[in-house]
Amino acid sequence: MPVSAIELHNISFFYNSDPILTDVNLSVQEQDFLAIIGPNGSGKTTLLKIILGILKPAQGTVRAFGKTPMEAAGLLGYVPQNTGLNKDFPISVQDVALMGRLGRRGRDRRYTPDDRALARRVLEQVGMWEYRDRPIGKLSGGQRQRVLIARALTVEPKILLMDEPTASVDAQFQTDLYDLLKELNTAITIVVVSHDMSVLSGYINSVACLNRTLYHHESGEITEEVLHSAYQCPVDLIAHGGVPHRVLRKHDHEDC
Amino acid sequence: MLDAFQSEFMRNALLAGLLASVACGIIGTLVVVNRIVFISGGIAHAAYGGIGLAIFFGIAPLAGAVGFALVIAMIMSAVTLKNKQRADTVVGVMWAFGMALGIILVDLSSGYNVDLMSYLFGSILAVPRADIVMMALVDLGVLVIVGSLYNSFLAMSFDEEFAKAMGVRVAVLYYVLLGMIALSVIMLIRIVGLVLVIALLTIPPFIAEKFCRSLKAMMITSVFLNFFVSLVGLWFSYRFNLTSGATIIMVAAAFFFASLVYERVRNHLGGA
Repeated sequence: MPVSAIELHNISFFYNSDPILTDVNLSVQEQDFLAIIGPNGSGKTTLLKIILGILKPAQGTVRAFGKTPMEAAGLLGYVPQNTGLNKDFPISVQDVALMGRLGRRGRDRRYTPDDRALARRVLEQVGMWEYRDRPIGKLSGGQRQRVLIARALTVEPKILLMDEPTASVDAQFQTDLYDLLKELNTAITIVVVSHDMSVLSGYINSVACLNRTLYHHESGEITEEVLHSAYQCPVDLIAHGGVPHRVLRKHDHEDC
Repeated sequence: MLDAFQSEFMRNALLAGLLASVACGIIGTLVVVNRIVFISGGIAHAAYGGIGLAIFFGIAPLAGAVGFALVIAMIMSAVTLKNKQRADTVVGVMWAFGMALGIILVDLSSGYNVDLMSYLFGSILAVPRADIVMMALVDLGVLVIVGSLYNSFLAMSFDEEFAKAMGVRVAVLYYVLLGMIALSVIMLIRIVGLVLVIALLTIPPFIAEKFCRSLKAMMITSVFLNFFVSLVGLWFSYRFNLTSGATIIMVAAAFFFASLVYERVRNHLGGA
């Protein structure tokens, strides 16, 4: 019986006694490409951080390949939202990318020549190798985003978790990135948090709609009622136009 | 200038300055990039409670300060890790509580008031041998710990959440960091006194941060700046018979303002 890549069981999380997540269950199969969608404040980022072990849920269990987040540290790559970084920090692009190698278990935390070679390859992949000595604060938002993606890839993760990865990158890189993810997806599991469903539509295998609690649709069977229950505010749905529908149609089509 | 450093006590003072510069350049850098200057100030001032306790019970003041500061540092770590938003208040309270406790205990033990000034404003010219040995040990400890955990400290300082996701034990590192801050701060109390500790711990890294591209470079630059500032400050203190702590800080402040002006000019020329 295959072990699922991610297994969340009855997860609840509170911020100052406000419920952020209630009773979330999720099972992500290996090599799935899952999109978690939901309105602002629906707990998407919190859910990612719980899977990564950055936040501890008040209730429930988290497993990645059957391991606790701490044990699974070297298996998970993470691209956080690009907003909270300290831009004055004295660190070069290359040193940021190398941080992805910290997750290896059972070794000391010094970087080997192999680590450096990998960081180079990944930085080349995202087109940032020529900026390797540049301080992180002297990059544009889009360039910084590429570096954060590179850092997650140097983990050589079995699961890649990304929080709005295309928020500040240009259209060309966005396409390149999703093509790269598609390629990676033949070997690894990918979870993307996004509200940009139009871009995701061609790549994902399943969708989860989050609004405090989760509605997961492995086969892409999203009815309009489910989306309503996730978004709660029908205006929001209408405002986004036919996009969710297009996601569904395409998806259904591929599956059939 | 050289003849000022001929005498035994001046050489001792220089050695103390050098040893303090090493630990404080490294730890000060971590304090600045982690933005925990306020917590460091809290530890330094609360340490006065330890000096008061030691004087009251008749043990070595520095030993009392080290013990008390370490306890305070651990409590502050626990509070900060538990609730970042509220930590400021708790740190502020412990800052004042430690000082008040120290003042009362020193009041109750008559005859020590002469010493008080040297803890508040430093007495680098009267550093005993035993303190120099302690400083060397603290340096050694800091070098070994930061040297072997450098990449983890770097990751924690740059992006705590990513570090956590990579399995770096951020909470443990945080306790270790605050413990090292406590020890470094006590060393500095000898040099510039606890009132001015924070200035010497943070001004050199503030300057270094503007010109350095890696945390390691920032640490090394801070160590050299620290030492240079101590040296020049010491000379002023000797030459004009002024309190050494104050002259050292004055030199550091002069450097700081000069670096601001330099940065302005450079940006201006760069932009033109």
